[in-house]
Amino acid sequence: MLETMAYINIGAAFFLLIGMVLILGRLLAGPTLYDRILAVNAFGTKAVLFLCLFSFIIGRPDGIDIAILYALMNFIATIAVLKFFRYRALDVSLAQSHIDKATVRSDRNNKS
Amino acid sequence: MDITVPVLFMNISLMAMLVIVAVAIVRLRSLFAVVMLQGVYSLVSAVWFVSLDAVDVAFTEAAVGAGISTVLMLSAMLLADRTAKPIPVGKNLGSFFVVVITGLAMFYAIADMPAYGDPHSAANAGVGMAYIEATREQVQVPNVVTAVLASYRGFDTFGETVVIFMAGLGILLLLGLNGNAGKWQAQPNGQAIGGPGPSITPEVKTKPKPVKKTTAASKRKVAVKSKAKPKAKPKSKSKSRAKAGGKS
Repeated sequence: MLETMAYINIGAAFFLLIGMVLILGRLLAGPTLYDRILAVNAFGTKAVLFLCLFSFIIGRPDGIDIAILYALMNFIATIAVLKFFRYRALDVSLAQSHIDKATVRSDRNNKS
Repeated sequence: MDITVPVLFMNISLMAMLVIVAVAIVRLRSLFAVVMLQGVYSLVSAVWFVSLDAVDVAFTEAAVGAGISTVLMLSAMLLADRTAKPIPVGKNLGSFFVVVITGLAMFYAIADMPAYGDPHSAANAGVGMAYIEATREQVQVPNVVTAVLASYRGFDTFGETVVIFMAGLGILLLLGLNGNAGKWQAQPNGQAIGGPGPSITPEVKTKPKPVKKTTAASKRKVAVKSKAKPKAKPKSKSKSRAKAGGKS
Protein backbone atom coordinates (compact mmCIF):
# COMPACT_ATOMS: atom_id res chain seq x y z
CA MET A 1 0.00 0.00 0.00
CA LEU A 2 2.76 2.40 0.96
CA GLU A 3 4.65 1.36 -2.14
CA THR A 4 1.64 2.14 -4.30
CA MET A 5 1.25 5.58 -2.74
CA ALA A 6 4.90 6.35 -3.39
CA TYR A 7 4.50 5.41 -7.05
CA ILE A 8 1.37 7.53 -7.31
CA ASN A 9 3.16 10.49 -5.73
CA ILE A 10 6.11 10.25 -8.06
CA GLY A 11 3.93 9.88 -11.13
CA ALA A 12 1.83 12.88 -10.14
CA ALA A 13 4.97 14.91 -9.54
CA PHE A 14 6.23 14.10 -13.03
CA PHE A 15 2.94 15.10 -14.58
CA LEU A 16 3.10 18.35 -12.62
CA LEU A 17 6.58 18.96 -14.00
CA ILE A 18 5.28 18.45 -17.52
CA GLY A 19 2.49 20.91 -16.81
CA MET A 20 5.02 23.41 -15.50
CA VAL A 21 7.00 23.16 -18.71
CA LEU A 22 3.85 23.68 -20.79
CA ILE A 23 2.91 26.77 -18.77
CA LEU A 24 6.46 28.02 -19.17
CA GLY A 25 5.98 27.81 -22.91
CA ARG A 26 2.85 29.91 -22.69
CA LEU A 27 4.68 32.40 -20.48
CA LEU A 28 7.47 32.78 -23.01
CA ALA A 29 5.21 32.95 -26.04
CA GLY A 30 2.17 34.69 -24.56
CA PRO A 31 1.26 37.51 -26.85
CA THR A 32 -0.74 39.63 -24.43
CA LEU A 33 -0.06 40.79 -20.92
CA TYR A 34 -2.97 38.86 -19.47
CA ASP A 35 -1.74 35.57 -20.91
CA ARG A 36 1.44 36.09 -18.96
CA ILE A 37 -0.28 37.04 -15.72
CA LEU A 38 -2.46 33.96 -15.98
CA ALA A 39 0.54 31.81 -16.80
CA VAL A 40 2.44 33.05 -13.76
CA ASN A 41 -0.55 32.40 -11.54
CA ALA A 42 -0.98 28.88 -12.87
CA PHE A 43 2.74 28.25 -12.56
CA GLY A 44 2.62 29.28 -8.91
CA THR A 45 -0.22 26.84 -8.31
CA LYS A 46 1.74 24.07 -9.97
CA ALA A 47 4.77 24.93 -7.84
CA VAL A 48 2.67 24.72 -4.67
CA LEU A 49 1.29 21.31 -5.65
CA PHE A 50 4.71 20.06 -6.65
CA LEU A 51 6.14 21.19 -3.34
CA CYS A 52 3.49 19.29 -1.39
CA LEU A 53 4.06 16.13 -3.41
CA PHE A 54 7.81 16.45 -3.21
CA SER A 55 7.85 16.84 0.54
CA PHE A 56 5.77 13.66 0.82
CA ILE A 57 8.05 11.84 -1.61
CA ILE A 58 11.17 12.57 0.40
CA GLY A 59 9.30 11.65 3.57
CA ARG A 60 9.27 14.96 5.41
CA PRO A 61 6.04 16.91 5.15
CA ASP A 62 7.65 20.12 6.41
CA GLY A 63 7.44 21.55 2.93
CA ILE A 64 3.72 22.10 3.30
CA ASP A 65 4.45 25.23 5.35
CA ILE A 66 6.37 26.67 2.43
CA ALA A 67 3.63 25.56 0.08
CA ILE A 68 1.12 27.56 2.10
CA LEU A 69 3.42 30.58 2.00
CA TYR A 70 3.74 30.18 -1.76
CA ALA A 71 0.01 30.09 -2.19
CA LEU A 72 -0.37 33.33 -0.21
CA MET A 73 2.49 34.96 -2.10
CA ASN A 74 1.07 33.92 -5.42
CA PHE A 75 -2.28 35.45 -4.59
CA ILE A 76 -0.79 38.72 -3.32
CA ALA A 77 1.60 39.06 -6.24
CA THR A 78 -1.16 38.47 -8.79
CA ILE A 79 -3.38 41.08 -7.14
CA ALA A 80 -0.49 43.54 -7.00
CA VAL A 81 0.30 43.06 -10.66
CA LEU A 82 -3.30 43.45 -11.74
CA LYS A 83 -3.70 46.52 -9.55
CA PHE A 84 -0.65 48.09 -11.09
CA PHE A 85 -2.01 47.65 -14.54
CA ARG A 86 -5.35 49.13 -13.70
CA TYR A 87 -4.43 52.05 -11.44
CA ARG A 88 -0.70 52.59 -12.09
CA ALA A 89 -0.17 52.99 -8.36
CA LEU A 90 -0.21 50.87 -5.24
CA ASP A 91 -2.06 53.16 -2.83
CA VAL A 92 -5.50 52.50 -4.26
CA SER A 93 -7.59 50.55 -1.82
CA LEU A 94 -9.15 47.36 -3.06
CA ALA A 95 -12.47 48.30 -1.48
CA GLN A 96 -12.83 51.05 -4.05
CA SER A 97 -15.17 49.15 -6.27
CA HIS A 98 -16.14 51.62 -8.90
CA ILE A 99 -14.05 51.78 -12.02
CA ASP A 100 -12.26 54.94 -12.92
CA LYS A 101 -13.13 55.36 -16.53
CA ALA A 102 -10.14 57.45 -17.50
CA THR A 103 -7.74 54.94 -15.98
CA VAL A 104 -9.40 52.04 -17.70
CA ARG A 105 -9.29 53.81 -21.02
CA SER A 106 -5.62 54.62 -20.68
CA ASP A 107 -5.01 51.00 -19.75
CA ARG A 108 -6.76 49.82 -22.83
CA ASN A 109 -4.72 52.09 -25.03
CA ASN A 110 -1.40 51.24 -23.45
CA LYS A 111 -1.80 47.52 -23.54
CA SER A 112 1.51 46.09 -24.64
CA MET B 1 11.18 1.94 -2.61
CA ASP B 2 14.26 3.77 -3.74
CA ILE B 3 13.54 7.40 -4.41
CA THR B 4 17.00 8.66 -5.31
CA VAL B 5 16.61 8.24 -9.06
CA PRO B 6 13.21 10.00 -9.38
CA VAL B 7 14.33 12.78 -7.04
CA LEU B 8 17.48 13.20 -9.10
CA PHE B 9 15.39 13.40 -12.24
CA MET B 10 13.14 16.00 -10.63
CA ASN B 11 16.14 18.05 -9.59
CA ILE B 12 17.54 17.89 -13.10
CA SER B 13 14.26 19.01 -14.63
CA LEU B 14 13.98 21.87 -12.12
CA MET B 15 17.49 23.00 -13.03
CA ALA B 16 16.64 22.73 -16.73
CA MET B 17 13.63 24.94 -16.11
CA LEU B 18 15.89 27.45 -14.35
CA VAL B 19 18.21 27.52 -17.35
CA ILE B 20 15.31 27.99 -19.76
CA VAL B 21 13.90 30.85 -17.70
CA ALA B 22 17.31 32.51 -17.37
CA VAL B 23 17.96 32.37 -21.11
CA ALA B 24 14.49 33.75 -21.75
CA ILE B 25 15.10 36.61 -19.29
CA VAL B 26 18.24 37.53 -21.16
CA ARG B 27 16.69 37.23 -24.62
CA LEU B 28 13.26 38.80 -24.17
CA ARG B 29 12.74 42.47 -24.90
CA SER B 30 9.36 42.99 -23.26
CA LEU B 31 10.16 44.09 -19.74
CA PHE B 32 6.83 42.97 -18.34
CA ALA B 33 7.53 39.42 -19.44
CA VAL B 34 10.97 39.71 -17.87
CA VAL B 35 9.46 40.72 -14.53
CA MET B 36 7.00 37.83 -14.65
CA LEU B 37 9.80 35.43 -15.56
CA GLN B 38 11.85 36.64 -12.61
CA GLY B 39 8.99 35.68 -10.33
CA VAL B 40 8.85 32.27 -11.94
CA TYR B 41 12.62 31.94 -11.61
CA SER B 42 12.51 32.56 -7.89
CA LEU B 43 9.58 30.14 -7.48
CA VAL B 44 11.45 27.36 -9.24
CA SER B 45 14.65 28.06 -7.36
CA ALA B 46 12.76 28.00 -4.06
CA VAL B 47 11.34 24.58 -4.91
CA TRP B 48 14.84 23.46 -5.72
CA PHE B 49 16.09 24.81 -2.36
CA VAL B 50 13.48 22.67 -0.63
CA SER B 51 14.78 19.65 -2.45
CA LEU B 52 18.25 20.52 -1.16
CA ASP B 53 16.93 20.61 2.46
CA ALA B 54 17.46 24.37 2.74
CA VAL B 55 13.96 25.08 3.97
CA ASP B 56 14.71 28.47 5.50
CA VAL B 57 16.43 29.72 2.35
CA ALA B 58 13.43 28.56 0.36
CA PHE B 59 11.16 30.48 2.71
CA THR B 60 13.15 33.66 2.22
CA GLU B 61 13.33 33.15 -1.51
CA ALA B 62 9.59 32.69 -1.74
CA ALA B 63 8.82 35.77 0.34
CA VAL B 64 11.40 38.13 -1.10
CA GLY B 65 11.99 36.82 -4.59
CA ALA B 66 8.51 35.92 -5.68
CA GLY B 67 6.57 38.44 -3.61
CA ILE B 68 8.30 41.70 -2.88
CA SER B 69 10.76 41.92 -5.72
CA THR B 70 8.11 41.25 -8.34
CA VAL B 71 6.16 44.25 -7.12
CA LEU B 72 9.30 46.38 -6.85
CA MET B 73 10.49 45.49 -10.34
CA LEU B 74 7.03 46.12 -11.69
CA SER B 75 6.87 49.59 -10.17
CA ALA B 76 10.34 50.36 -11.48
CA MET B 77 9.31 49.13 -14.91
CA LEU B 78 6.21 51.28 -14.92
CA LEU B 79 8.34 54.33 -14.22
CA ALA B 80 10.69 53.44 -17.04
CA ASP B 81 10.25 52.21 -20.57
CA ARG B 82 8.25 49.14 -21.48
CA THR B 83 10.76 47.47 -23.75
CA ALA B 84 14.49 47.10 -23.51
CA LYS B 85 16.62 48.45 -26.29
CA PRO B 86 19.20 46.03 -27.63
CA ILE B 87 22.78 47.01 -26.96
CA PRO B 88 25.46 45.93 -29.45
CA VAL B 89 27.67 43.13 -28.23
CA GLY B 90 30.88 45.05 -28.70
CA LYS B 91 29.93 47.52 -25.98
CA ASN B 92 29.64 44.83 -23.33
CA LEU B 93 32.82 42.87 -23.96
CA GLY B 94 34.54 44.17 -20.84
CA SER B 95 31.71 43.20 -18.50
CA PHE B 96 31.33 39.87 -20.30
CA PHE B 97 35.01 39.21 -19.64
CA VAL B 98 34.57 40.04 -15.93
CA VAL B 99 31.56 37.73 -15.67
CA VAL B 100 33.37 34.84 -17.33
CA ILE B 101 36.39 35.26 -15.07
CA THR B 102 34.19 35.36 -11.97
CA GLY B 103 32.33 32.25 -13.03
CA LEU B 104 35.55 30.37 -13.67
CA ALA B 105 36.84 31.43 -10.25
CA MET B 106 33.66 30.10 -8.66
CA PHE B 107 34.04 26.78 -10.45
CA TYR B 108 37.61 26.67 -9.22
CA ALA B 109 36.41 27.29 -5.66
CA ILE B 110 33.89 24.44 -5.83
CA ALA B 111 36.75 21.94 -5.60
CA ASP B 112 37.61 23.18 -2.11
CA MET B 113 34.08 22.77 -0.78
CA PRO B 114 33.26 19.74 1.34
CA ALA B 115 31.07 17.06 -0.18
CA TYR B 116 27.31 17.11 0.38
CA GLY B 117 26.73 15.69 3.87
CA ASP B 118 30.41 15.23 4.65
CA PRO B 119 30.74 14.39 8.39
CA HIS B 120 34.22 15.93 8.57
CA SER B 121 33.28 19.29 7.13
CA ALA B 122 33.62 22.40 9.26
CA ALA B 123 29.88 22.71 9.75
CA ASN B 124 29.48 19.15 10.97
CA ALA B 125 32.67 18.74 13.00
CA GLY B 126 33.10 21.89 15.06
CA VAL B 127 30.64 23.95 17.01
CA GLY B 128 27.74 22.93 14.80
CA MET B 129 27.33 19.61 16.55
CA ALA B 130 27.20 21.40 19.92
CA TYR B 131 24.35 23.54 18.64
CA ILE B 132 22.51 20.51 17.33
CA GLU B 133 22.82 18.71 20.65
CA ALA B 134 21.99 21.68 22.84
CA THR B 135 19.03 22.97 20.85
CA ARG B 136 16.65 20.28 22.02
CA GLU B 137 17.01 21.18 25.70
CA GLN B 138 17.82 24.87 25.51
CA VAL B 139 15.48 26.23 22.86
CA GLN B 140 13.04 23.37 22.28
CA VAL B 141 12.54 24.09 18.61
CA PRO B 142 12.66 21.22 16.12
CA ASN B 143 14.55 23.19 13.48
CA VAL B 144 18.14 23.97 14.42
CA VAL B 145 18.49 26.71 11.85
CA THR B 146 15.52 28.53 13.35
CA ALA B 147 16.97 28.12 16.82
CA VAL B 148 20.35 29.54 15.79
CA LEU B 149 18.80 32.38 13.85
CA ALA B 150 16.21 33.50 16.37
CA SER B 151 17.69 32.50 19.71
CA TYR B 152 21.45 31.98 19.70
CA ARG B 153 21.99 34.84 17.29
CA GLY B 154 18.92 36.78 18.27
CA PHE B 155 20.74 40.08 18.65
CA ASP B 156 22.39 39.61 15.28
CA THR B 157 19.04 39.04 13.60
CA PHE B 158 17.58 41.98 15.45
CA GLY B 159 20.40 44.19 14.18
CA GLU B 160 19.82 43.03 10.63
CA THR B 161 16.15 43.83 10.92
CA VAL B 162 16.95 47.30 12.22
CA VAL B 163 19.37 47.89 9.36
CA ILE B 164 16.79 46.83 6.77
CA PHE B 165 14.14 48.97 8.42
CA MET B 166 16.43 52.00 8.37
CA ALA B 167 17.30 51.42 4.73
CA GLY B 168 13.62 51.33 3.83
CA LEU B 169 13.01 54.42 5.92
CA GLY B 170 15.82 56.26 4.14
CA ILE B 171 14.41 55.35 0.74
CA LEU B 172 10.98 56.51 1.86
CA LEU B 173 12.42 59.81 3.02
CA LEU B 174 14.23 60.23 -0.29
CA LEU B 175 11.28 59.36 -2.50
CA GLY B 176 8.14 60.19 -0.61
CA LEU B 177 6.84 61.69 2.61
CA ASN B 178 7.19 65.24 1.32
CA GLY B 179 3.80 65.19 -0.29
CA ASN B 180 4.76 62.97 -3.19
CA ALA B 181 4.14 59.70 -1.43
CA GLY B 182 1.80 57.56 -3.47
CA LYS B 183 1.46 60.15 -6.19
CA TRP B 184 3.93 58.67 -8.61
CA GLN B 185 2.18 58.30 -11.88
CA ALA B 186 3.72 55.89 -14.29
CA GLN B 187 4.00 56.67 -17.93
CA PRO B 188 5.27 54.52 -20.74
CA ASN B 189 8.21 56.79 -21.45
CA GLY B 190 9.31 58.11 -18.10
CA GLN B 191 7.96 59.29 -14.83
CA ALA B 192 5.64 62.08 -13.86
CA ILE B 193 4.77 63.10 -10.34
CA GLY B 194 1.19 63.96 -9.59
CA GLY B 195 0.08 67.49 -8.88
CA PRO B 196 -0.38 70.45 -11.22
CA GLY B 197 2.17 69.21 -13.69
CA PRO B 198 2.23 69.72 -17.43
CA SER B 199 1.43 66.32 -18.85
CA ILE B 200 -0.14 63.11 -17.71
CA THR B 201 -1.91 60.37 -19.65
CA PRO B 202 -2.89 61.97 -22.94
CA GLU B 203 -6.10 59.95 -23.23
CA VAL B 204 -7.68 61.88 -20.37
CA LYS B 205 -8.45 64.94 -22.43
CA THR B 206 -10.39 63.13 -25.12
CA LYS B 207 -13.89 62.72 -23.80
CA PRO B 208 -14.75 65.05 -20.91
CA LYS B 209 -13.37 68.09 -22.69
CA PRO B 210 -15.92 68.72 -25.42
CA VAL B 211 -18.77 68.70 -22.94
CA LYS B 212 -16.98 71.16 -20.72
CA LYS B 213 -15.91 73.31 -23.60
CA THR B 214 -19.40 73.74 -24.91
CA THR B 215 -20.82 74.56 -21.51
CA ALA B 216 -18.08 77.06 -20.80
CA ALA B 217 -18.19 78.54 -24.24
CA SER B 218 -21.94 78.82 -24.50
CA LYS B 219 -21.94 81.27 -21.62
CA ARG B 220 -19.36 83.47 -23.29
CA LYS B 221 -19.11 85.12 -26.64
CA VAL B 222 -17.88 83.28 -29.65
CA ALA B 223 -14.71 85.35 -29.80
CA VAL B 224 -13.54 84.23 -26.35
CA LYS B 225 -13.87 80.60 -27.31
CA SER B 226 -10.29 80.30 -28.44
CA LYS B 227 -9.13 81.70 -25.13
CA ALA B 228 -11.30 79.44 -23.02
CA LYS B 229 -9.90 76.35 -24.62
CA PRO B 230 -6.51 76.20 -22.88
CA LYS B 231 -8.09 77.05 -19.57
CA ALA B 232 -10.43 74.11 -19.63
CA LYS B 233 -7.60 71.67 -20.21
CA PRO B 234 -5.69 71.78 -16.91
CA LYS B 235 -8.94 71.75 -14.98
CA SER B 236 -10.05 68.41 -16.34
CA LYS B 237 -6.55 67.03 -16.07
CA SER B 238 -6.06 67.79 -12.41
CA LYS B 239 -9.48 66.46 -11.61
CA SER B 240 -8.90 63.14 -13.29
CA ARG B 241 -5.49 62.88 -11.72
CA ALA B 242 -6.91 63.32 -8.27
CA LYS B 243 -9.32 60.55 -9.10
CA ALA B 244 -6.62 58.20 -10.32
CA GLY B 245 -3.83 58.71 -7.85
CA GLY B 246 -5.00 60.66 -4.86
CA LYS B 247 -7.44 58.20 -3.42
CA SER B 248 -6.13 55.98 -0.69
